[in-house]
Amino acid sequence: MSTVSWITARGLFGRRRFLLLLPLPGLLLALAILSRSLGVDPGEWGPAVLVGLGLAVVLPVVALIVGTGVLGAEIDDGTVVHILTKPLPRWQIILPKLAVAAGVTAVTVAVPLYVAGVLAHSVRLGLALAVAASIGALAYCAFFVALSLVTRRPVLLGLVYVLIWEGLLGNFVSGTKVLSIQQYVIALADRIAPTELLATDVSVPVAAVMSALIAVGFTVLAIDRLRSFSVAGETS
Amino acid sequence: MTTISAEPAAPATPASTLDLAGVSRWYGNVVAVNDVTMRLGPGVTGLLGPNGAGKTTLLHMMAGFLAPSRGVVTLDGAPTWRNPDVYRRLGLVSEREAVHSFLSAYEFVLASAKLHRLPDPEAAARRAIALVEMESAQDRKIGTYSKGMRQRTRVAAALVHDPQVLLLDEPFNGMDPRQRLHMMALLHRLGDAGRTILFSSHILEEVEQVSGTVQVMVAGRLAASGDYRTIRRLMTNRPHVFLVRSTDDRALAVALMAEESVTGVELGRDGLTVRAGDYGAFTRALPKIALARSLRVRSLTPEDESLESVFSYLVGS
Repeated sequence: MSTVSWITARGLFGRRRFLLLLPLPGLLLALAILSRSLGVDPGEWGPAVLVGLGLAVVLPVVALIVGTGVLGAEIDDGTVVHILTKPLPRWQIILPKLAVAAGVTAVTVAVPLYVAGVLAHSVRLGLALAVAASIGALAYCAFFVALSLVTRRPVLLGLVYVLIWEGLLGNFVSGTKVLSIQQYVIALADRIAPTELLATDVSVPVAAVMSALIAVGFTVLAIDRLRSFSVAGETS
Repeated sequence: MTTISAEPAAPATPASTLDLAGVSRWYGNVVAVNDVTMRLGPGVTGLLGPNGAGKTTLLHMMAGFLAPSRGVVTLDGAPTWRNPDVYRRLGLVSEREAVHSFLSAYEFVLASAKLHRLPDPEAAARRAIALVEMESAQDRKIGTYSKGMRQRTRVAAALVHDPQVLLLDEPFNGMDPRQRLHMMALLHRLGDAGRTILFSSHILEEVEQVSGTVQVMVAGRLAASGDYRTIRRLMTNRPHVFLVRSTDDRALAVALMAEESVTGVELGRDGLTVRAGDYGAFTRALPKIALARSLRVRSLTPEDESLESVFSYLVGS
């Protein structure tokens, strides 16, 4: 484990905001277990819990908390200066931080999604959801890490993207789905385990290419912005 | 067994020079730093100026954390902006008291050593911690430290790779007198060992005690530059204004006019406004004069002792 990853992980788990990660996956698990134990038809609760809660809320919100936490929190409190005053090419800072963010998000979200998928349909669906959510975690985290460097309000802008763009516009304006990480995750999961529980208009090639483009594009953007990082404020 | 030396190692590479050539920085219509040219070589230099003078902006540009709007900052010929390689020779202790509070001092300094890819990070971390005398508390979480201890930990992290150039922004803030003396001695030793040390301060006495050379900034401009004794003389020789209250202001005014160090006296409702050419001579003479005339001095208040007034006098001279 690199020193940057180690400090990032210690910082992430050492802050209280990490506790925010726990309730949402817990709720997902609880709802899936409750629905299954009450014998409700998976066709009724599956889409709402797996997509409506799991992929539309838990995944992006956890990625938002973690993605903005690995760099944005350090920028906020000024500790980022300690890492930046080292003779490291900036990609050696961004990549470990992104790996920690995507890894933590993937584990936090993929495990409850796997369990919920198994309970709703099959082990295959559980695995499909876990794999697709992990890919989504990488794309979301790349986006949110880059947001931390282009704006001082990454959490707010991230929420606007998740709630307004993906959540609201995605339901009314079909074109927005082409630029929705949530839709890519659904398309990829449905490709790995085709069921009637997951449905999207986005094709699998588009989902795969766009996920890769977003992950790579925002990572490159973050590296470039970190090269020109200015210590703002407190200029006396 | 490894022996840890608390002395800064002799520089392995030739001394470094930090050059600023016509450097300005503005934010919209506000000019924070205005056309500053300076060269910093080995030894300790104090960057002196009142709050808001542009010291931190200048330090951030030197440390590669801010792009100059105009001009260029170079370390041994290489620009500091967008050039992480300069951190092999440069260390920074910023003013903001930001530390990873969840780490211990040893973990924090060791992480710095590892990020610098030092061949023996453990030994380098121990040496840096010994330099700032933090061995006894090195395994405690930084979150439990006093302000001065956190500051010393940050200095240790900045020194772990034995940089040729060390920039410190208000390093004495929050330190108790003992820690202050210790830090001053450390900066002296580093300067004597051939390092280029620059520290900023708005407190004249701090700069006076540590550095022989000062750069004085006022309102974004470099107002004075050079040996502190010359600048200090300019500052102490300026006229001082005092407000004096006594049991008989008029009688005291008459007596004071005969005193050589007094250049003017004004009798007002609140007391006497006295202008003195020589601070020391006047403050020594006043009690004698009062005693000789059986007057009692109720209060003596310097009217223009704010640093800003000292600086404005300096700029005017």
